[in-house]
Amino acid sequence: MRFETDPLDPFSLMKARVHEAEGLGRYGFAVFQAARSVGAVIWVIPNHAPHLPMLRGLPVKLAERLHILRPKSEQDLLWSVEEALRTKGLGLVIAEPEKPLSLLAGRRLQLAAETGRTTGLMLIRQDQGSNAAQTRWHCMPVAAQQRDLTLHQWILKKNKKGTFGNWTVDWNGKTGSLHLVSAAGQRYGPAETP
Amino acid sequence: MALRKRPNAGPFALIHRSGNKEHVHCLNAVAERGGLHRGMAAADARAICPDLVTRPADLGREAAALASLRRWITRYSPLVVWDGSDGLIADITGVPHLFGGEQDLLDDLGARLIRVGLTFSVGIADTRGAAYAMARHAGGIIPEGVGGAGIAGLPLAGLRIGSDVVDGLARMGLHKIGDLIPLPRAPLARRFGQPLLMRLDQALGIQSEPIAPEKELEHFGVRMTLPEPIGLQADVMSGLSRLLGQLCAKLAHHHRGARRLRLELHRVDQETVTLDIGLARPMRDPDRIAGLFEKGVSEIDAGFGIEVMRLVSYLTEPLAPEQIGPNTDMAHDAALADLFSRVGNRLGFDRVLRLLPGHSKIPERSHIIASAAYSAAEPVPPQRGPQRPIILFAPEPVTVRGGAQPGHPPARFSWRRMTFTVLRADGPERIAPEWWFDDPAWRTGLRDYWRIETREGPRLWLFHTPQSSAWTAQHWFAQGEFA
Repeated sequence: MRFETDPLDPFSLMKARVHEAEGLGRYGFAVFQAARSVGAVIWVIPNHAPHLPMLRGLPVKLAERLHILRPKSEQDLLWSVEEALRTKGLGLVIAEPEKPLSLLAGRRLQLAAETGRTTGLMLIRQDQGSNAAQTRWHCMPVAAQQRDLTLHQWILKKNKKGTFGNWTVDWNGKTGSLHLVSAAGQRYGPAETP
Repeated sequence: MALRKRPNAGPFALIHRSGNKEHVHCLNAVAERGGLHRGMAAADARAICPDLVTRPADLGREAAALASLRRWITRYSPLVVWDGSDGLIADITGVPHLFGGEQDLLDDLGARLIRVGLTFSVGIADTRGAAYAMARHAGGIIPEGVGGAGIAGLPLAGLRIGSDVVDGLARMGLHKIGDLIPLPRAPLARRFGQPLLMRLDQALGIQSEPIAPEKELEHFGVRMTLPEPIGLQADVMSGLSRLLGQLCAKLAHHHRGARRLRLELHRVDQETVTLDIGLARPMRDPDRIAGLFEKGVSEIDAGFGIEVMRLVSYLTEPLAPEQIGPNTDMAHDAALADLFSRVGNRLGFDRVLRLLPGHSKIPERSHIIASAAYSAAEPVPPQRGPQRPIILFAPEPVTVRGGAQPGHPPARFSWRRMTFTVLRADGPERIAPEWWFDDPAWRTGLRDYWRIETREGPRLWLFHTPQSSAWTAQHWFAQGEFA
């Protein structure tokens, strides 16, 4: 089976696979990936989690496609993620498991994703991922020296097919497009006139 | 119905409680002979008849019982309507000869009702009014063409008039319907109003009163009685698929789709196991519905075997025939609806959610959390004004570490056991509580929201409550995270 990925776009997640994101900026990364996807988005949040995505803050096109599942237990969560991944035609399945994903669970999710040709993104706590994940991203929001820059540092720290990477991007959370910021940390945007 | 469950030969009454008063709702013949009547206070009834056995009345189940009786009566006539809360009227014009005459029809009806243990009173007459009077006050048949003479001997209450009018007429010495017929009409109308004459005319057949049954909603239920009890999961599923085939054909014929289904399995030991499933959208595809029952069927206890299966779709919605074809959007919608059905039946449909835009400025109420199965996606108006976070949570206290000036966010604070230094702050955006809702979370008054960029990276949505009383140490809270 061939899995498509775009060589020119380092942030496109490989289709029909399950990926992982960790770090403080993982919600931002999930919203960014969801905004770029086509089709319905399922976000599985445990019932007792205190947070929810805020409709008014999401990219406009994403808000209409977003569906939220709130399972009560970890077992129900994994089951609903598997069911969602097995459904054809979904854009992205985002889930927030609470416990470390076992190799068994990770592998099951990969098989479900391959069945439904759906992409999954697990938002995990630090170092709680599964070995079966296709890629793992460490996401951190970064303070910007200039106003109007919303910097994120996205580190690709595990990749089954391809290289690792470390990018600093400017993404304002409203659209699916972003600007890469040069690695030297030099200015992006016009210089100020003296 | 209550009497049938607990047979009782003595006086018996159903007590209905409305407001603070209890009164007799319904009573049996023995109690009636003891001097009780409908509508009297329950305390009086117990005083008059100390050995009265009472049960609370259940109006909902009473109406349901009458509705099922109404459905059964359609074996005698296609036109059956409700008559008050405790009667049924059937138009049997042209029907009696099928049963061998009016008397035979009455006997047949009576025998069947006695066999199921119901107390009843039936009357047959030319007009609806006369039949009402006969059924309530005499019982029996008024032969065709007799007219007013048949009901002349019945009390005036049989005319469907208020008790005050009956009392007024009794004061004038008029007790029977026959007393009214020869009287001049104008003085009667002047004194007791036009309705009295209208009811009299209707009973005598001078004024017509047709029976117009409301269109009956089709009942979507099928059942299967098995010659031998079954207990294997595969057997139940194959029986279910046969029932579903019948039910879905019926749904398709009426252009409806099932929304909720109930499978009742009657076991040999008189126990009933019920399985309920819901569907995320109206549907009549037997295979897809059967898949939803699988988990429930695998968990039931079949006991000594199942002998009757009954499948009811008790909630249906209109579903027009659909164009099918290589339309991928439609296929994706169907796949999504199937996913919601599967997930909803395991987790509950209140856990399959969708966010809809709300009209409030209050962050928690700026969106409505709706069940995805019972709502449609709505376009979100573009956000104007200050930016909103992507993640919202309940307010979490923030500990101020230093550099707090009045009216400005603290220079250093800690939240979730992480310490942050403020790099940049945008704000304040003042949001006032909605005084028309008493929201406990907003009792601290106004909130000044700030978008805080920290040196450590995270961009947080903090707010300050300037109106909270001075002795509460806590004035700063975090409520969201920006991208």
